[in-house]
Amino acid sequence: MLPQLLFFFLAIVAIAAALGMLLARNPVTSALWLVLNLFCIAGLYMSLNAPFIGVIQILVYAGAIMVLFLFVIMLLNLAVLPRFKDFDWKRVAAFVLGMAVLAQLVYILAMGLGALPEPVAVEESVVSGTATEIAVALFTRYALTFEIIGVLLLVATIGAVMLAKRRFV
Amino acid sequence: MEITLNWYLSLSAVLFTIGVLGVLFRSNAIVILMSVELMLNAVNLTLIALAQSMGDTSGQILVFFVMSVAAAEAAIGLAIVIAIFRNKLTVDINEINLFKY
Repeated sequence: MLPQLLFFFLAIVAIAAALGMLLARNPVTSALWLVLNLFCIAGLYMSLNAPFIGVIQILVYAGAIMVLFLFVIMLLNLAVLPRFKDFDWKRVAAFVLGMAVLAQLVYILAMGLGALPEPVAVEESVVSGTATEIAVALFTRYALTFEIIGVLLLVATIGAVMLAKRRFV
Repeated sequence: MEITLNWYLSLSAVLFTIGVLGVLFRSNAIVILMSVELMLNAVNLTLIALAQSMGDTSGQILVFFVMSVAAAEAAIGLAIVIAIFRNKLTVDINEINLFKY
């Protein structure tokens, strides 16, 4: 019973936090809601036998990326956005498009369920998410991809510095 | 009741849709970037759930790479937002319409 309770708790908090991010008017509030959402997803990773990815999620996403977001919001000193207009065709269209995306996803989910392979027993998959397993795969089979990601991050760092430099544009 | 793969995939679909709505609804460029991060996370959740269901590590490796790309994307996106803010003093995407017409 405990895993089910954990899943539903984390899922409900994750959805509520995502909605909070969507509806909050202050960007800082949005960022903090997103941090809560990322923590819940990290908890779900932990429950899915992926402890390494869960820790990386907290370190990289909730730690580094969200601090970067908050830092930029602070740097730009944004005012709270004005209130939504009462009725706006753009928002109606956006809502309809979003629901269309959801309908598509649900359709694919309902159609594809029969094609999924049978789940592996938990005992077999329990070792798959440890740091050792990930590291072995990362430095042998995916070594080239790993190097390319390193180059990508270097290029992104240089690009970000160039773009944010004063008198660049 | 057993928590099966379907529950994780459904949660992921809902989170992805909220991310799409965030991109479409909001006019603040920074909140739009945050919604993109939310969508990436929904896809990561799908990958982790399928990796666990199939007993394969490859899905988790892919999540690792998606996170790296997301970090690069956030850094570049926020640098672009800063560069635009320096010129136009706003991050409202309705005001940033240089290429629109």
